[in-house]
Amino acid sequence: MSARTNTATQVLFDAPGPKGRRRILVLSILSVLVILGVIALGLRQFAMNGELDPGKWVVYLRADYLAFLGKGLMGTLKATAMAAVVAFPLGLLLALGRLSRITPLSAAVACWIEFFRGIPMLLVVYAFLLALPAYGVNVPRFWMLVIPMIMVSSATTAEVFRAGINAVDKGQHEAAAAIGLTPRDSMLHVVLPQAVRLVLPSLILALVSLLKDSTLGYVVSFNELQFQGKTMVSITRYLVQTYVVVSVIYIAINFLLTRIALALDARMKARATGG
Amino acid sequence: MHAISENIPLLLQGIATTVALTLLGYVFALVVGTVLAVCRVSPIPPLRWAATVYVEIFRNIPLLSLLILIAFGLPDVGLTLPYFWCGVLGLTLSSAAFVCENVRSGINTVPVGHAEAARSIGLGFFGTLRHVVLPQAFRTMIQPLVNVFIGTVIGSSLCSAIAVMEITGVTQRLNIQYAQAVVMFLVAGAVYLVLSLGGAYLGGVLERAVSPSDARRRGPDRALDVQAGAQA
Repeated sequence: MSARTNTATQVLFDAPGPKGRRRILVLSILSVLVILGVIALGLRQFAMNGELDPGKWVVYLRADYLAFLGKGLMGTLKATAMAAVVAFPLGLLLALGRLSRITPLSAAVACWIEFFRGIPMLLVVYAFLLALPAYGVNVPRFWMLVIPMIMVSSATTAEVFRAGINAVDKGQHEAAAAIGLTPRDSMLHVVLPQAVRLVLPSLILALVSLLKDSTLGYVVSFNELQFQGKTMVSITRYLVQTYVVVSVIYIAINFLLTRIALALDARMKARATGG
Repeated sequence: MHAISENIPLLLQGIATTVALTLLGYVFALVVGTVLAVCRVSPIPPLRWAATVYVEIFRNIPLLSLLILIAFGLPDVGLTLPYFWCGVLGLTLSSAAFVCENVRSGINTVPVGHAEAARSIGLGFFGTLRHVVLPQAFRTMIQPLVNVFIGTVIGSSLCSAIAVMEITGVTQRLNIQYAQAVVMFLVAGAVYLVLSLGGAYLGGVLERAVSPSDARRRGPDRALDVQAGAQA
C-alpha cells in the first residue's frame, strides 16, 4: 500500500527541474515560517496567561500525579477491554443474525443494528443514567458506561463482520457445499475463520473507537482517564495542563493501535495480491 | 406525553442547534480536510509533514477530550469563544482529519496513468488534481464522506457535555424534570436517525448521479474497507 501511495503522490507532479526545485525550496521555507509562526503565536498566548510556567508542567512527572492518572488509565483500559470482550462476539452473532435466511430474524437484527449505529452513545448513556434508577434498577457506574459501549460497539462490529463474511470469495461457499457440508458447517468451518482474519485490522480500529467512547465515563462519573483528569483539575486548578496531558495519553495509545491496524491491513493486502 | 407537548419550542430549538452544529462542522471539515489532503500529496515537504501530524493528532484524540480542551482550556489561555462555536470548532478539527484521509485514499484510487496523461499534456500539480484526479476521486469518496457526515451527526451530541443545548442536552434536561427517560430517548434518537439516514440517502442519490452507467450496472464494490466506521 505504501508503494502505491508513493507512486500516486509522485506522479501528481513532475520530477522538478532547477527552477521548480528553487520554487519548492522557497515555498518550503515559507511554509516552515508560517507553521513556526502559528506555533509561536500559540505559545505566546500560553505564556501571556502564565500557563507556560514550568512549575505547572513538571508536576506531571511526580509519582503521586502519575499514580492518580495511572488509576484513571487503568479504569479506561478495564472498561475498553470489558466492552470489547463482550461486544465483539456479540457483533459476530448479530452479523450472523442479519445474514440469516429467516426473514423476521434478519429484519429485527437489521433494525437493532441500524438503530444503534445511527444514534450517539451519549444518548444511551443518559438513558441508562436516568431511566434505570427511575424503575428502581441500580447498576454500578462501571456498567453504566460499559453496557452502552457494548450496545453501540456490537452494532458497529456487526457491520464489520458482515462486510468480512461478504468479502470471503463465493467459491469458498460453493466448494464447501460441493464436499457436502451443510450451510451451517460451511459457515462455521470454512467462511468464518477466513472472515475473522480479514476483519482483524478493522477490529483493532473498533478498539480505538471503544477507547474514545470510554471517555464518556466523564458523564457517568466513572473513574476513567478523562474523569480522573476532571477530578485532578478540581484539586490542582491546572486545567489546560491536565487536559493536555490526558489528551496526549489518549493520542499516544490510539496512534499505536491505528498504526498496528494499518500495518496489519497492508501486510494482508500485500499477501493477498503478491501470493 | 405532555412532557413533549409542553416543551415543543425547547425541543425545536435543540433540533435546530444539532442541525446547525452538524452542518457547520461538516462543511468546514470538508474545506479544511480537502486543503489538508492537497497538502499531503503536494511536492512541498513541510506541508506534507504538517498535514500528517495534524491527521495523526486529530483522528486519535477522543472528541470529548478535544471539546473539553477547547471549551474549558481556551479561556485559560485568553481565548474565549461561545460554547456553540467551541462545539463547531471541535467537530471541524476532528472531522477534517477523517475527510483528509478519505480524500487522500480517494486520490490514490485514480489510476496512475490518468495523472501521467494529464502531466504529459502539460498540466501542473494543481491542474492535474483539479481537472483530472479529484473529479474522478470524488466518486469513490462519496461513501466514506457520508460516513464522516454520520460521525459528525453523532459527534455533535457530545457538545451537550460542554453546555451546548442541542437535542441530547435538551432531552436530558427534560428527563430530569419529567422523569420520562424512554420517551425522551426515543425523541432524540429519532432526530439522530433522521439526520444520519437522511445523509446516507442523499449520499446514495449523489453517488448514483455521478457514477458512469457501467459502474451502476456492476453494483457496489465489495472490497473490504478497513477504515469504514472507524470514526466515532
